[in-house]
Amino acid sequence: MSFLNFLISGISLGSIYAIIALGYTMVYGIAKMLNFAHGDVIMVGAYICFFAVSRYSLPPLVGILVAMVICTLLGIIIEKLAYKPLRAAPSLAVLITAIGVSYFLQNAAQLLWSSNPKVFPMFFQRMVSKTTPDGTVQIVPVNGIDLFGGELRVSYVTIVTILVCLIIMLALTAFTGNTKMGKAMRACSEDKDAARLMGINVNTTISVTFAIGSGLAAIAGVLLCSAYPTLVPTTGSMPGIKAFTAAVFGGIGSIPGALLGGLMLGVIEIMAKAYVSTQLSDAIVFAVLIIVLLVKPTGLLGRPVREKV
Amino acid sequence: MMKKALAFIMAMVMVLALVACGNSNTDPQTAPDDTTPTETTAFKIGGTGPLTGGAAIYGNAVKNAAEIAVEEINALGGIQFELRFEDDQHDAEKALNAYNTLKGWGMQISLGSVTSKPCEATATEAYKDRIFSLTPSASSTAVLVLDSDADPVTYKDNMFQMCFTDPNQGSASAQYIFDKGLATKVAVIWKSDDVYSKGIYDTFTAKAAELGIEIVSDTTFADGNDTDFSVQIADAQSKGAELVFLPMYYTPASLIFAQAKAAGFAPKWFGVDGMDGILTLEGFETSLAEGVILLTPFNADSGDAKTAAFVAKYQEKFGEVPTQFAADAYDCVYAYYQALTAAGCTTDMSAADICSAMIKQFTTMTFDGLTGEGMTWDATGAVTKSPKGMVIENGAYVGLD
Repeated sequence: MSFLNFLISGISLGSIYAIIALGYTMVYGIAKMLNFAHGDVIMVGAYICFFAVSRYSLPPLVGILVAMVICTLLGIIIEKLAYKPLRAAPSLAVLITAIGVSYFLQNAAQLLWSSNPKVFPMFFQRMVSKTTPDGTVQIVPVNGIDLFGGELRVSYVTIVTILVCLIIMLALTAFTGNTKMGKAMRACSEDKDAARLMGINVNTTISVTFAIGSGLAAIAGVLLCSAYPTLVPTTGSMPGIKAFTAAVFGGIGSIPGALLGGLMLGVIEIMAKAYVSTQLSDAIVFAVLIIVLLVKPTGLLGRPVREKV
Repeated sequence: MMKKALAFIMAMVMVLALVACGNSNTDPQTAPDDTTPTETTAFKIGGTGPLTGGAAIYGNAVKNAAEIAVEEINALGGIQFELRFEDDQHDAEKALNAYNTLKGWGMQISLGSVTSKPCEATATEAYKDRIFSLTPSASSTAVLVLDSDADPVTYKDNMFQMCFTDPNQGSASAQYIFDKGLATKVAVIWKSDDVYSKGIYDTFTAKAAELGIEIVSDTTFADGNDTDFSVQIADAQSKGAELVFLPMYYTPASLIFAQAKAAGFAPKWFGVDGMDGILTLEGFETSLAEGVILLTPFNADSGDAKTAAFVAKYQEKFGEVPTQFAADAYDCVYAYYQALTAAGCTTDMSAADICSAMIKQFTTMTFDGLTGEGMTWDATGAVTKSPKGMVIENGAYVGLD
């Protein structure tokens, strides 16, 4: 039973990595750039939702929508100011700029919202009335489902995260496969110059990619902080890096790969902690990553890229 | 052309933002000495600590309380102090930069650094520069040690602590658990990449073994791996731990409490001074910390008149109840006041001369402060004072003894 419990913990941690990895992988797949600021857009989304819900007492769903709108706008602004002027520059310049944006967002958040940790409210719970042994009826919050008479416990956050992951994955696949903008995105990802010759507005396409990626970041931020409720300006950075690892693990650029990579990374991490050593878990996670990349350099589901000579 | 200009401006903005973050407090307001040669009527106290970043709550507590103490002492009209506090973001490298800024400013005595890792770095420099340091809260032994390979270990003669050293905290905690009969089966969750946590862990386990307290579960976490504690909690739970000892700061602790509650695990929790501050977390459900026991030398609710006056002043100025870190900092400034007065130091003395006078004072004097009566220091720089057990009840600290 404890194995199944650890598996569930692994999946819930992995689903968080997966949802962040989706944003990374989409932007990389289309714009061919590593948006290291993605983790920090997640943090901004979580803060916006936190303030909307606990300061202005908006309902959680409205809070998430507000966070999505603001993050989308933020993504567009970042893209306009920081990345667009570097469209023709070498990719290293854009990478460094992205790291700059990441620090900028972290420090701006620190100035605006201070570095004192904030505890994110619980969204995913329901109130049930319970009869205590002495006969009184109490209303208590329940935040998960018990299976096998309480031996196993799956929290609502995990279920919601996995569902949201699947929905986003399917929606993105449908979007890039069927809509005009989606097709333009795929064309840009194949070959920007050829796409431009075909009359596709490459600039707009990449801007839209960023807008969508940032909107997804807001959802990821809310789910991240619902699962692990301490919110500080650096909340997004470490999960961001782990999620980036997950995206590479699954094959960067591949949307199902992000989901698979995220889940596997989470499960490996928890299993390593549970059965090997809590001290060595990160070393084991990254050792597995190295082995996978040695055997399959493009990641689990990545497509091999042929170098054109 | 416009685009290039815009890109350039953005790049400059970011560079400036980064630079500003690194040295947010190095305003050029302190004029060089040659323009104000007669302005040396106050002792220059410097200190570094995290005013921003994850540990900012400690740095700000120390800075705020030190300001209050300096104001009070200056109002007495005798010895005057001038305080300058620099941000180190709980980072050793930034702490060294901050320390150099303070040295350039003409710091005569130092409050060291607030947290252990940065303080190790600044203490090494202060030892070389012969600047006397009394840290309010950097509790690692490594802060005091000069050469840990020497036999016996040698200590920096000019580095002193106002707080307990980590070994003291660890063994005092084990002793307390034993004396009060709190548990016989104990789990420890500690942070393996943190000298503070490791120091307490080492002495706690040694003392526990000596007293016959069984450590049934021993698990760790580290930076970047500090959000999911399900495995650590499951381990402690499945091995039947009655009490979980948490030698860590309160941010990971708050996550542990929430996840343990979700897993239906309700042991006794036992924290150390890093737990202080958990009740001020915004949005934290204080019921999660109900019953948490911690050893701390300071109790803001105590009936003591000096403490009450300090708490009232702090609350009025900063809108929150001061923590133990604040009380330690307040005591530091007053300990300096007592020592400088007794040694007859004057503001025109060099830092090195003040340093030797202070070493003599601190190893011989007895000091009464908010965090203890009759405190003394030994030659290593460690303080002797007695910890008080506190428990969190209905969202407030209550003294146990």
